[in-house]
Formats: sequence, C-alpha cells, structure tokens
Amino acid sequence: MPVQDFEQLFQKKIDNEVKIEPKDWMPDAYRKTNIRQISQHAHSEIVGMLPEGNWISRAPSLKRKAILIAKVQDEAGHGLYLYSAAETLGMSREEMINDLHSGKAKYSSIFNYPTLTWADMGAVGWLVDGAAILNQVMLCRTSYGPYARAMVRICKEESFHQRQGFETLLVLSRGTDEQKAMCQDAINRWWWPSLMMFGPKDSESTNSDQSMKWKIKRKTNDELRQQFIDMAAEQVKVLGMTLPDEKLKWNAERKHYDFGEIDWNEFWNVVKGNGPCNKQRLEARRKAHEEGQWVREAAMAFAEKRRSKQKAA
Amino acid sequence: MMNSPLIDYTLHLADTTLILSQRNAEWCGHGPILEQDIAITNISLDLLGQSRNFYQYAATLIGGDASEDSLAYLRKEREFKNLLLVEQANGDWGQTILRQYLYSQFQYLLFEKLQQCNDAQLAAIAAKSIKETTYHVRWSSEWVIRLGDGTEESHTRMLKAIDELWRYTGEMFVPAAYETIVEVSRLKNEWQQKVMNIFSEATLSIPEKMFMQNGGKNGIHTEQLGYILTDLQYLQRTYPGAEW
Repeated sequence: MPVQDFEQLFQKKIDNEVKIEPKDWMPDAYRKTNIRQISQHAHSEIVGMLPEGNWISRAPSLKRKAILIAKVQDEAGHGLYLYSAAETLGMSREEMINDLHSGKAKYSSIFNYPTLTWADMGAVGWLVDGAAILNQVMLCRTSYGPYARAMVRICKEESFHQRQGFETLLVLSRGTDEQKAMCQDAINRWWWPSLMMFGPKDSESTNSDQSMKWKIKRKTNDELRQQFIDMAAEQVKVLGMTLPDEKLKWNAERKHYDFGEIDWNEFWNVVKGNGPCNKQRLEARRKAHEEGQWVREAAMAFAEKRRSKQKAA
Repeated sequence: MMNSPLIDYTLHLADTTLILSQRNAEWCGHGPILEQDIAITNISLDLLGQSRNFYQYAATLIGGDASEDSLAYLRKEREFKNLLLVEQANGDWGQTILRQYLYSQFQYLLFEKLQQCNDAQLAAIAAKSIKETTYHVRWSSEWVIRLGDGTEESHTRMLKAIDELWRYTGEMFVPAAYETIVEVSRLKNEWQQKVMNIFSEATLSIPEKMFMQNGGKNGIHTEQLGYILTDLQYLQRTYPGAEW
C-alpha cells in the first residue's frame, strides 16, 4: 500500500475515535510528537517530586507528613506509567532520562518555582494540580491508546491531590493571622505561573493545529486556561482569599471571567532555563542519577552472576 | 509529662519508627532507580504509620492534651528515646539499606514477641505492623545481598557501611529500665544468626570485636538527632498552638 493510503487509514481511525495502538502504522511525526509529549509529561512528574519533597521533612503534623509523602510517591508512580507508555513508541526510559539530563527534553516549567513556605504545599495542590488535571482529563481521550489509559489512572489520583491541596489551604485560611497571610502569599506567587502551565496563547502555539487534527489534544491552550480561571475564581471565594489579578472580573456576555495579561517574558525566560530553580532541579535529578550509577551497575552484575549460576546448576 | 515504664516504652517504639521514617523520606525524589525511590518511600510511609499508632497509644496513656503531634513535635532532644541506629545519616544507598536491614531484622523478631504480649494495644499494633516488617526485611536483605555480591565497588561500599553502622546495633539488645515487655537481650542470638546468613550470602561478614555505642533509649543521642528534630519540629515550634 502506498504511504498516502496508510495515512488516510490512520486519519480515518482517528476520526472514528479508534485508539492508535503501539503496533499500528502511524506517521513518523505522530510518533515523535507523542514521544515528546509523553516523555515530557513523565519528566514533569519526576521533577515535580522535588518542590514538594522539599517540605516532607518539615510537614507540620504527622498526618500532613503522611499525606505529603504518599502524594509525592504517587507522582513517582505516574512517572513510571508514563515512561512505560512512551516506551511503547520505541524509545527506552534510559534514552528519555538522558535527554532530560542533557537539557534536550523539557519538563513543565512550573516546577522551576521554589516552594518557600508550607502554604505552597496547598497552593501547588490546588492550583498546579488543578491546572494539570484539566489538561489530563482531556488526555484521557487522547488518540494514542497507552497514553490515554495511563491518564485515566493518573487522573483519579490527581483529583485527590487537588482536593488535599485545597483542604490544606482551607485550614490555613481559617487559622491564625500568620497562617492566613502565608496562604494568601502562596496563592499570589503560584497564580500566574499556574496560568502559564497551559502554554502559549493559541495564536503563538506552534504544535497545536496538527495535534488537534490527530486528537492528541482536544482543547486549545486558551480554552483550557479559561476553564481553569473560571473554576479557580469561584473556589478562591471559599478560601476567603483573592487572586492577584485586578482585571479578573466576571463577564456576563462571554459567560467567562476576563483576566489580565500574562507576563509572557517571564514564561519564555523560565522555558529558556532562567527560572528561579531550573538549575537546582536539573542538578538534583542528575545528581540522583550519577550517584545511583554504582547501585544500578551492582544490581546488573548481581543479576548476571545469578543467571550464570543457574545455568551452571 | 507523666511517666511510666509503659509510656516510656511506647514512646521508644514510636520515636524509633518516626526517626527512621524521617531519614528514609529524605530519599524521596532522589533514589538511584525510580522503582527503588518508590520502595524506600513506601517503607518510610509504613514506618510513619507505625509510629503514629504508637504515639496515639502513648497519648491516651498520658491523657490530658497529649496527642500524636504534641509527642512527636514538642518533645526535646533529650526526651527522644529512639535507637541510635535509626538516626544515623543516610550516607549512600548501601548505608541506607544496611541500616534498614539491621533494624528491620530486629523489628521483626521484636514484633513477633510483642504481638503476644499482655498489653492488648501494643500487641495489636505489632500484629498489624509485622506484615509490613516482613516485606521490609525481604526487600532490604535482598539489597544487602545484591550490593555485597555485586561489583567490587558495591562490595567495598557495603564494608564501609558495616563499619559505620555496626557499632549502633548492640544497643538494640541492651534493655532500658522501662523495657520490660519483651526481653530484648534474648533476641540477640537469633538476630545475629539471621544477619550472618544474609551477610554470608552477600559475601560479607560480621565484625568480630567492635565497641558498641549506647544511649538512645535513654535520650543520650548522637549529634545527628538535634538536626533531625530541627527540621521535623520547625513549623510547630515557629507557630505555637496553630492548627495545620
């Protein structure tokens, strides 16, 4: 069959909502886009363990400590499913990790911001996980089967994390004056970076059109961002806190909240590696990998010894 | 604070599991392999769960305003009764898993006895926890073997870890005055035998004569504990009386 026919067949499947599976024919660009996106997503889970892991040792109660450890561990689990999903497209986990460490592969810029106070654990859960979920709920219906199935599992846990984050803030919002101030400060610092998580405006986004056609994405960056703002603008009232945007206002005509201009210079600056923690995050991952080298070598050497012993027996 | 041998003993069990949990959690996000990052974090969570059960029981024994959090967050260095072994630094992966193995192997034998003791609450906690401990022993002993009998480098690192940690194992079998529920001195031979078996499979050996450090059970710690508590207790100390 000529390639055009394969392509037509492929697009027909997508149009008919048939999932693409690992052994199916797919255009090279579809494979590459999925590898890029899924591995980037996996890296985000792994790098994302660092800002929250930062508060495990200092969590303010044993219950909060248990919740936080379990949450960060869930992120590691998500990283695992996602690396496995990406591996079905023909790239090994090791290659993906090397690309992360060399700076070739990206991860979500949000994790390049520091977690400065305990309230950040709440704000990250509420806003960062909240923004991530909107994207992930959409991805439960993405066209590549293994990615969609991984997302279904991940979404269940993420929505739990978001509720926990909100509840952490709720307790602070009802606490002492210092706790309330801590809560508002965290919201102020995480709000704009959370909006940036949805990526550039549709008019500036390079990968969007083809991804929509292939149903890798089903909603545009701007649609998801608006959905998030509408949700958070209501939820923040429950906290008795405010979002740091003077232009945030309900627009009855659009039936959406209007909002102020995002600082895209900041966005691109962090993407380019100049965020407050880009250097530390990547170094922490490289360090863990390098210091684990001897452990991985020993585990392989031992497995090899066992195999040859069994053969000899 | 009210004192009784039972309270002190329960706090000793609570402190030991909490401090080891706290140490293991330092690996979260920094493990050598993703799967093992998850495993050590899991063990940290198990131990934290065990410590909460012990603290909650101690709090009911003490009564008044005592709670799991007041006991974990508002007691001072000299009041903590954990074993010296568990407060030792993580070091490399070899040292961490050796610390885990030496302790888990002991905890397993201890909980076997504790689940049969006359104190219903301690017995119940031990019976529930020993399932987790069984896994901790298996996981950590497999790693001791793998690293001991892996590469030359991993073998050398395990020798160093033994040299670092062995001196803190004697304390497990020297009973404190409050430690009457299980006769720990009687666990020593079986523990040593089990460790010897694992070490021999790992091509490692037990140090022959080494001076044993003592004191954790009575609140005389190594210099490391103060730093652990500084981190652990930071928020509760900075914002007294706040709810979280």
